Parts: sequence; structure tokens; C-alpha cells
Amino acid sequence: MPYKFVQEHVWDKYLKKDRLPHIWCPGCGLGTALSAFLMGIELAKIDLDKLVVVSGIGCAGRAAGYLNVDTFHTTHGRPIPFAIGLKLARPDLHVVVFSGDGDLATIGGNHLIHAARRNHDILVICSNNFNYGMTGGQVGATTPENAITTTTPYGNLENPFDLPYLVTAAGAVYVARWTSLHVRRLAKSIAEALQLKGFRFIEVLSQCPTVYGRRNNMPTGLDMLKFFKENCVIKNYAHPKDVEIKPGKKIIIGKFIDKTEEKLSFEDKVWNLIKKLERGK
Amino acid sequence: MTLKPGMYFMSGNEAIAEGAIMAGCRFFAGYPITPSSEIAERLAKRLPQVGGIFIQMEDELASMITIIGASWGGLKAMTATSGPGFSLMQENLGFAVMTETPVVVVDVQRGSPSTGLPTLIGQGDIMQAKWGSHGPYEIIALSPSTVQECFDFAIKAFNLAEKYRVPVIVLMDERISHLYEKVVVPPKEKLILVERKRPKSRENFLPYKAEEDLIPPMPPVGEGYHFHITGLTHDERGYPKIDAETHEKLVRRLSDKIRIHADEIIHIDEIMMDDAEIAIVAFGSVVRPARYAIKYARKKGIKVGLIKLSTIWPFPDKMFQKYADRIKAFVVAEINYGQISREVKRCVGDRAKVHLVPKMGGAIHTPEEILNAILEVK
Repeated sequence: MPYKFVQEHVWDKYLKKDRLPHIWCPGCGLGTALSAFLMGIELAKIDLDKLVVVSGIGCAGRAAGYLNVDTFHTTHGRPIPFAIGLKLARPDLHVVVFSGDGDLATIGGNHLIHAARRNHDILVICSNNFNYGMTGGQVGATTPENAITTTTPYGNLENPFDLPYLVTAAGAVYVARWTSLHVRRLAKSIAEALQLKGFRFIEVLSQCPTVYGRRNNMPTGLDMLKFFKENCVIKNYAHPKDVEIKPGKKIIIGKFIDKTEEKLSFEDKVWNLIKKLERGK
Repeated sequence: MTLKPGMYFMSGNEAIAEGAIMAGCRFFAGYPITPSSEIAERLAKRLPQVGGIFIQMEDELASMITIIGASWGGLKAMTATSGPGFSLMQENLGFAVMTETPVVVVDVQRGSPSTGLPTLIGQGDIMQAKWGSHGPYEIIALSPSTVQECFDFAIKAFNLAEKYRVPVIVLMDERISHLYEKVVVPPKEKLILVERKRPKSRENFLPYKAEEDLIPPMPPVGEGYHFHITGLTHDERGYPKIDAETHEKLVRRLSDKIRIHADEIIHIDEIMMDDAEIAIVAFGSVVRPARYAIKYARKKGIKVGLIKLSTIWPFPDKMFQKYADRIKAFVVAEINYGQISREVKRCVGDRAKVHLVPKMGGAIHTPEEILNAILEVK
């Protein structure tokens, strides 16, 4: 039999192929993060007709649009409340928010903490590239101290959010942090989280060589991945208060919180109430 | 249960809530703000009773986008607010326009700008309702002037939103929202309820391919369509396309789908206009003193009629043009410093006098104030 080229890529069924190529820069970590998401969907055996992915604005915000499921590209900072409306209306669907740190934690920070507080039944995958990539590399709420960005030319004077600590304090029931280097662990974590209930949050540290690394002594994607390799330490169930990202300190990654059994999601409570009132008629 | 047919005594805010439930609204997301809060309070109690969902959000930005999410989830959805909250909703209101999402937004206008007069009347959000979000677009806005109309227009707002796939604004004012009056609830079989059109099949379906009426069928989520929805300029597939041609076609259609149906959408009450030489133009609470002013003027032998704007947007250009040559003067009484009056001026040009009777807010016009304006232009 003559040799036949394989025309189909293993991830093709998960992608809107007519949307490719994607817009991300060479060396960017978002493609890897998205692949890990696809791997997670496959591992969790999620029915693609019952999966909805919502993004906000920014580089990561474009992720939803490449997926071969129902996808929504919403306004800046607002994918979480959009997802909440959708999930409340359609409790039978898996609703995932895939977006960036600037979108979810800076402009959308208020929605992030309140969604965690109310324990909405959604999975939030937050790609953290430490800055605003799409607009040219400005400082954000996750930019490390002293880092150079286009709006902190003398070094960042602000203190960044420690996202796992923030969402844990607000009430998230599943909290993990991985990087675009730890693909398989990330995929497994996504698969696990997809099958749980309540407000689940996975931070993915992701390299942005083009507008962040270049200004901070890591000019290529490989440099940034090397940085993750040399500086990350896996510590499952580390207390989120101990995982702050600080210059000169190791980056703690792993699954920090898993207490999805401990409380009902807001959606469950709402639908329980409706059923109770119906029975009382 | 939805309200049984019969007679009720309720406030404008309560009537809005009950009308919405009657229209099939099953989702409310909002943030408390005076003078609209009773709408949320009523729906917090009533929605779960009819299998609907109520959620109080962290702010108005979230409220607006949450109802858009719920609408894509298949529910008729609304929010209610007042000026400051309405300002915060504008970006996502534009998102609803761009993605053609049926939603209803109630804006109970209070004295403004800024925090202004939280507990007192204003009518200053007329232009914001039309132009508040960025870019060229058309929108529908209704203005009730009785509690009965609050009930009726809530139903109408949902019908229009579903039919044209556009956000519909109910522009209330504080006085109507807190006024208690009789409401007649009709039997269900007398109600006409409109549902969004759905695609007939998934085969070759394009989410933004409009039909002859310029409205595309709205695909249901979770049924294998695998569509993409974006606020970016998009082609018929719903995919982002950043070029002038696609933008021209899309944005034109978004406005034209309202413009070509303007006659069907617009509802205006023309009262005692048959022999009128002067027309008062009013909406919301101001309709009431306007009616008194007409009564007094007619007693003095002045032929005055009333144009009551139940639909504010799209603006009834044709009707004003029809009257432009016959009517000597349009007396526009509004609780702002001239918003509707500009529109009237735009329609009638120099063919008739347009006389503004402004009020900055906090109080409604007295009949005398409007009567004096009539005497001035007579």
C-alpha cells in the first residue's frame, strides 16, 4: 500500500479550521495553553455540543473563536458575567471562560471576585502573561514588581495580585496554577476541573516574549520557558497565601484548592429554589 | 403564576415587573438604584414563582452583559436601572446591538447629570438612549405615561426585542415609576407574544445571514451549531473580519433593519389633533399636565392638540413632517434642557415654530407653565 499522508491533525475536530491561522505571535504561550485545553476536553470526554467557551478582549480573548463549539467573544472584562447569564439559563451546559489576566483580573477583577464569592458553576482558565499583550505591553494587575513595561518604563511601582490567593479568599472551590511549560499537568488539571462543580479557577502562566519578555531580559519564547523551567516548583495544596510571584523567588505551581464538594453552586441553589416553589404550589 | 386577568392597583415599577413576566421574561439581572429598585424587588420575589431566575449583580456593567448571556441561553431577559447605572450599561448595550441580542433595559430617569436627584424626576436620558453607546446604530425606546402603559409597554418591549433582535429601552421617569394606578390585566389568550425566529436547519447555517426583513434567525446554544458570536465586525459566518466592506454591510444592516420597519414599530397617540393649530409634544409624566393645559387652552378657544410620544426611538419623523405645514407651533415640554425639541426641529425645519418648555428636573411641569407657553406662541 502506498504511503498516505495524514491530512487530519489530532486536534482538528476541536477547532474551527476555517478560522486558522491564529493571530498569536511566534513564541507566544497561548497556542500551548489552548492545546492543553483541547487535551483536557478530550480527557474529560466532554460532548462538544454541550460545551460553551466565552472569552473577553485581548490576545487570550481570541481563544474562544478558534474552538469548534458554541463560542462567545464578549466585551473587555465581562466574559465572567456573560458566562453567568448563560450558565443560569442553561444549567445543562459546560460553561468555560478562557481569557487573559488583564481581562479577568484587572478590568474584570470585580466580576472575578464576586463570581468566586457566589460560587458560580463555571470554569475560568486565566492565561497570565504579566502584561497587556494586544495593546503593546502595558502594566497590568499581574505585572511583577520592578518589571519594565511600556507604561512602567522605570520599572513597575505597583504590587501585583496573587490570583490564586485572591480567588481562594473570595470563595473559589478549585484553584490551580500551571504554566505553558507544564502542558500535561495543565491538561489533566483542566480535565479534572471540567468534571467538577462550582467556581473553578486555573491560572496559566504564559510567555509573552514579543512585548513582555523582550523588555525583561527574556527576548524569546524559549527564554521564557527556560525561566519557567528553572524557577517553578510544584507544591500541590500549598496555601495560596504562600504562592505570590516575586522577583528572585521561586514560582509555586500546582493544585492548591479542591473543595468542590463543600458547597453548592449558586446555580444549584437557584434551581433548587425554583423546584421548591413549584412543589409548594 | 402570571397575574390572573382582572383589575389591580399597583405602581409603575410593579407594573413593569408584572408586564415583563406576562411577556415571558424569565431572567433578571440588576443592581439596586433609586428610583428603579422596586422592579428588582418585585422580580426577586416573582420570578422564581414562575420558574424564572433573579440575580443581583455586583454592578451595572455585569447586569447588562449577564442578561445578554441569558438571552443567548434562550431566556427572555431584562434589567432595570436609572441614569448613573444606564451610563455604565452603554458599552454592553452596544454589544447587544452588534450581536443582535434581544434584551429589555428599563431606565427610570431621575434628575441628572451625575448623581443628581436620586428620588426625583428627570427626562434627561432621551439622547443617551439613542446615542449612548459608541458608533452608529438604531435602537428602540418606549415611554409609558400611565401605570397601565408600564404594564402594556413591558410586553411590547419584549415583543419588539424578540422580533427585531435589538435591545429595547423602556424610558420611564421617577413620577410614573412610583405612581399607583389601576392596571387591567387582560386574559392570556388576548395577548400577542412574539418569540425570536430560529433557524430551520443546521445545514449550511450562517448565524449572521439576514433574511429579507434584514433580521437573521438566532441560533440556539448547545444544539450543535458551533457558532461564534463577537462584538468585532463580523461576516455572515459570525467570524471577525476587519475591513471596510464587511463593516459597511453589517453596520448598515443593523440600522436598516430598524429603519425599514419604523412604521410598524412607532406608536404615537395624536390627541385632539384634527383641528389643532398648536401641538404640545410630551411623553412620560409630562403628558398629564399637558392634557390639563389643553383643556384650559380649549376653554379659551385656542385649538391645541397633543402629540404623545409612546415610541421615542425610532423618532416619528414622518408624523412631524405631516403636521409641519398645518401646525403653527410645536410646544415641546420635557424635563431636560432640550432633547426631543431638537428632534422635532430637525423634522419640521423652518416650516413651523418649535417652542421648548424645559425643566431641569426634580419637578414636573405645572399645567400653567405649559398653558403660558401656548399663549406665548399663539
